[in-house]
Amino acid sequence: MEKETAEGQLLKIPADGNFGDVLVVGGGISGIQAALDLATSGFRVFLVDKAPTIGGKMAQLDKTFPTNDCSMCIESPKFIECARHPNIEILTYTEVDSVEGNAGDFKVTLIKKPRYIIEDKCTGCTVCVEYCPVKVPDQFNQNLSSNKAVHIYFSQAVPLVTYIDENCLYLKDKKCSICVGACKNKAIDLHQEAEKVEIKVGAIVLAPGYEIFDPKLRGDYGYGTMENVVTSLDFERLLCATGPHEGEILRPSDKKHPHKIAWIHCVGSRQVTPGGNSYCSAVCCSYIQKQVILAKDHDAEMQAAIFHNDIRSYGKDFERFYQRAEKLPGVKFIRSYVSIGKEIPETKNITIIYATDEDGVKEEEFDLVVLGVGLNPPAAVKGLAEKFGIELNSYQFCKNNPVNPIETSRPGIFVSGAFQGPIDIPESVVTASGAEALCGQLLARRRGKLAKERIYPPERDVSEEETRVGVFACHCGANIGRVVNIPSLVEYAKTLDNVVHAEEGLFICSTDAAEQIANTIREKGLNRVVVAACTPKTHEPLFRDTLREGGINQYFFDMANIREHCSWVHSREKEDATQKAKDIVRMSVARSALLQPLQEFDLPVNKTALVVGGGVAGMTSALSLANQGFEVYLVEKEKDLGGMARRLHYTLEGLDVQAYLQDVIRKVYQHQLIHVLTDATITEVSGYVGNFITKVQSEGRIKEILHGAAILATGAAEYKPTEYLYGQDDRVLTNLELEEQITKREERLINSQSLVMIQCVGCRQEDRNYCARICCSQSVKNALKLKKINPQMDVYILFRDMRTYGFREDYYREASNKDVKFIRYEPRNKPQMEAVEEGGQSILKVTVTDPILGQELAIAADSIALAAAVIPSAGSQEISRLFKVAMSPDGFFQEAHVKLRPVDFAAEGIFLCGTAHYPKHMAETISQAYGAAGRAVTLLSQDSVRASGSVAEVNESACIACGACTAACAYGAIQFEDTKQGKKAVVNPALCKGDGLCNAVCPTGAVSLKHYTDEEIFRQIDAAVPDVAAAR
Amino acid sequence: MCTGRVDLSFILRAFSNGTDGVFIGGCWPGECHYITDGNIHALNMVNLCKKLMEHIGVNPQRLRLEWLSASEGIRFAEVMNDFGNQLKNLGPLGIGEGIDQDELKSKLQEVTKLIPYIKLVKKDKLALRLKEEEYNELYTSDEVDRLFSEVLSYYIDPDKCQACQICFRRCPVEAIEGGKNQIHVIDQDICIKCGTCFEVCPPRFAAVNKISGQPVPPPIPEEQRTIVRKSKGKGGG
Repeated sequence: MEKETAEGQLLKIPADGNFGDVLVVGGGISGIQAALDLATSGFRVFLVDKAPTIGGKMAQLDKTFPTNDCSMCIESPKFIECARHPNIEILTYTEVDSVEGNAGDFKVTLIKKPRYIIEDKCTGCTVCVEYCPVKVPDQFNQNLSSNKAVHIYFSQAVPLVTYIDENCLYLKDKKCSICVGACKNKAIDLHQEAEKVEIKVGAIVLAPGYEIFDPKLRGDYGYGTMENVVTSLDFERLLCATGPHEGEILRPSDKKHPHKIAWIHCVGSRQVTPGGNSYCSAVCCSYIQKQVILAKDHDAEMQAAIFHNDIRSYGKDFERFYQRAEKLPGVKFIRSYVSIGKEIPETKNITIIYATDEDGVKEEEFDLVVLGVGLNPPAAVKGLAEKFGIELNSYQFCKNNPVNPIETSRPGIFVSGAFQGPIDIPESVVTASGAEALCGQLLARRRGKLAKERIYPPERDVSEEETRVGVFACHCGANIGRVVNIPSLVEYAKTLDNVVHAEEGLFICSTDAAEQIANTIREKGLNRVVVAACTPKTHEPLFRDTLREGGINQYFFDMANIREHCSWVHSREKEDATQKAKDIVRMSVARSALLQPLQEFDLPVNKTALVVGGGVAGMTSALSLANQGFEVYLVEKEKDLGGMARRLHYTLEGLDVQAYLQDVIRKVYQHQLIHVLTDATITEVSGYVGNFITKVQSEGRIKEILHGAAILATGAAEYKPTEYLYGQDDRVLTNLELEEQITKREERLINSQSLVMIQCVGCRQEDRNYCARICCSQSVKNALKLKKINPQMDVYILFRDMRTYGFREDYYREASNKDVKFIRYEPRNKPQMEAVEEGGQSILKVTVTDPILGQELAIAADSIALAAAVIPSAGSQEISRLFKVAMSPDGFFQEAHVKLRPVDFAAEGIFLCGTAHYPKHMAETISQAYGAAGRAVTLLSQDSVRASGSVAEVNESACIACGACTAACAYGAIQFEDTKQGKKAVVNPALCKGDGLCNAVCPTGAVSLKHYTDEEIFRQIDAAVPDVAAAR
Repeated sequence: MCTGRVDLSFILRAFSNGTDGVFIGGCWPGECHYITDGNIHALNMVNLCKKLMEHIGVNPQRLRLEWLSASEGIRFAEVMNDFGNQLKNLGPLGIGEGIDQDELKSKLQEVTKLIPYIKLVKKDKLALRLKEEEYNELYTSDEVDRLFSEVLSYYIDPDKCQACQICFRRCPVEAIEGGKNQIHVIDQDICIKCGTCFEVCPPRFAAVNKISGQPVPPPIPEEQRTIVRKSKGKGGG
């Protein structure tokens, strides 16, 4: 449907036009991901943000749920990736003025607001900030601390340059210009004016994000009038080491540690009263649990009360995260609506009035109250919609295509991130990659035409040089510097063998610091670099790149982790921590001397993709890839395409699923670039990123498919209940069976007087400790349908927490208004059911204890619908074994990183989407399918990929062909070859993943893992206790 | 790099350096970040290493392997504190065990030298894939004691060696001295007891002897190593 519009537009693009560019509006995590994916797959990108830096809301968060990764730490490497990407032009402090034209050929006018700083000249030294006399509330810190009228937005900002805001005395009434004199680089220009920039682009990705709900608009929470009432975003800043109190949680009124904190859920969400939003904001339940866990980390004695109305832990691993928070000592989750009582004048403590089933109404005092504020549409959203000529939905978020949430109402303009509606970080990343896929479909023929290749300086040959180590020690704001004495560490480093240079930095990962390292490498002739900072897991790629910029081999780098391994764990033992940091750096320096230059090598990329699974996810991915010009093999184990969607008939939002599905199937079969293999089994997978070989058995023949990438979309299954007489009594149905019978208007069902739905059957329990995400909405959907068909029917939904997150909340409310009866039950008191004869009729008697009434209710039902869990499909396990990809403990595919690589596997070249990843609604599946296609295209659009230099190698003369290494290698990367001297092991570096098991089992030392050789590690071990080792 | 990369020799090196304890952290079983279950490899190796430590009188509690995921900061701290306290109770390495420092040193050296041999002899066991708890029983003290008492050595019989240079070329660690017309001699300090020389010595010469648990005869003096072929008699000058 929409795709045809896009394809139609494509034809109108003048063949010689240069509109391969894409405009990305909004530099939060979604915009950043879209920009990176687009740029990597061969488009030139303008990344525009109205803020003085990219980063968005994620930069303000302390940690991210459910893994508690440090938010800035995982996001900021992406800032630098954007800044360094030759295809990305970042325009900050810039707004879009107007958009003209059509898909494939937009003319966009941008207004670059005056930052009164000449960006090219500013070094980010912040001398001007010191001189500036005007103190202003710091926006980045939610106005909880102050900054100056001239300042850098935050330490890792990109670009790392200052800006002057409207509080400047000169801008106000030409009174002061002290900063101009203070700036040695003459970078300040107080007469700067707004600049108009006109660009031509082929497509636009809107990623303007969201605003938080402003509780000031409602008098009832005391926000803005009571000092110790803060929003959850305020609290993020309070938690954060770069926050107003350097990570100490101090309450606003007296800057004292609060020992008793209350969190209030659903502030501004799930409210139909004026000023509130009717929808559920979808992220608050989990972020509040995160804040509770972190606050307990800060202060183990802290008492917490969390006031909620349903805990919506519907995402992957959210349920366990909730359990983790709930089990903490001194933490109470209380199901109750609340109101703020009063502020106690002497202590400024706040009272909260609430009610529980057991105790009735209570008023309790807290030191601090955190409001779990919801997500609002972005600021000035109406103007934004007008500018871009797009429609908004009734909630003022972007109106999107129900079967493709990434499409707006205007062809050529796509939407990613929270402007779609309240979604979390992984979904913002998925939709960003999906937006890239859709831009790719529109502009496929222009891919690469404008792309630039990154050029590095030539690599210096250091083989004849003496070892010259440079040590760079990072304060990480206060993260390290507050605990470890960095100046003393630097002085110590200077005394170590081979160290010719050592220096410190506030944030070594910031763009200017990285540039500085590259310069120092050249100026001081460094040939080894040790960065003492955080974890190589997030930052090693960045620093390796810096070494390349500095003109030396990237493997001459070692990272000494003095944050996770030191300052974070020894925050109370500063002296010992400093000593430990010295030990860590000494070991790192010792190892670095032995590091060898390693070459990464290019592997050619086969441009064909394999998609496993012919459900909605697999077909959507396949179509997107094919529409971008890539050949696709689509493998389905059943004889028909469609997967689980074959059993769905309508969505909550009213889509006719079968009509949609037939349309997609038709498109798949008609597409010249898609080869469909049904009744197919994958028997063998070999090869590696860019060059896989997969054998598929279909229609009695085995076909060998060569492909560069694979998308695994093997779907999920419905749990077959053993509970509630399922299978014994045909009046007991699963949700899918109910939907089938409703669609067929099965008389017995339709004429039921009473129907009971039981939620959480087979999940949220010990053996399946997750929430199946979709069942609450499915039940509401079916209940509404039944009420429409037979308004007389009594429909009951027995639930634990209603998890109708996001806009689905309105349907929950609608069902409630239509007299669907929602009765909550406790897991320890599950509903009971028996088939009984009553008045000569056979009925199903359901008994359930209503916690509100405290009574047992008995319902006579004619039909029962069980919200049976979504469970991993039978085939996923085998597929994961064949492709050697990870599975989560629950049996779903395990993505590479929960937040930032949600559709990648850790294994390169393999991607995932759909319910094989986790249960999800159809629209979410479709989004993710586009996301997976987008990620696959970042690979398939390349002619070659780089493989790591840190692989095993065999010293042939030392090999005795004992077979220990070949047995240890699960990747099949080592094989024997015949030589004159007998059989010898040989490593295929393309298959080697560098785990080093072979090295550890080799008796003769013939196998060694490059970059982690025995000698390098011995050197490090010896340096750990230098005195003893020296005496050896 | 994976936990499975941790080599027996790394642990022994740390103890030789006087470290009082060695801690290895691994991903939880089933959560391998590769697909290789290197954590289980490490578990296997650690169990063997503990028996080796026991054999030389070092308390095996000084070596600890724990499963820890990146998100288990609190557990990690608890485990490390516990291990730290345990080590304090055990006292410094050697002193806690009541072994003389020099003796300890030479014993550690002895085991370190045998690592290649141990890896080779226990190759199949080290590659076994069992259930996690089964590894505890995998190696017995008797087995390890026997490993040391029956340790193999290889010796080239100077009377039989024809200086064909096959073993000389094939030795993986260049432990064989010799050359053309020079009777080959194994440097027992370098030899890793892999048996390659024994395997490759042509059967018609059968010059390499396998010696188990017995002292190796001294090497033939250098001045007697040249073979004079014309004499057709015995080798040697």
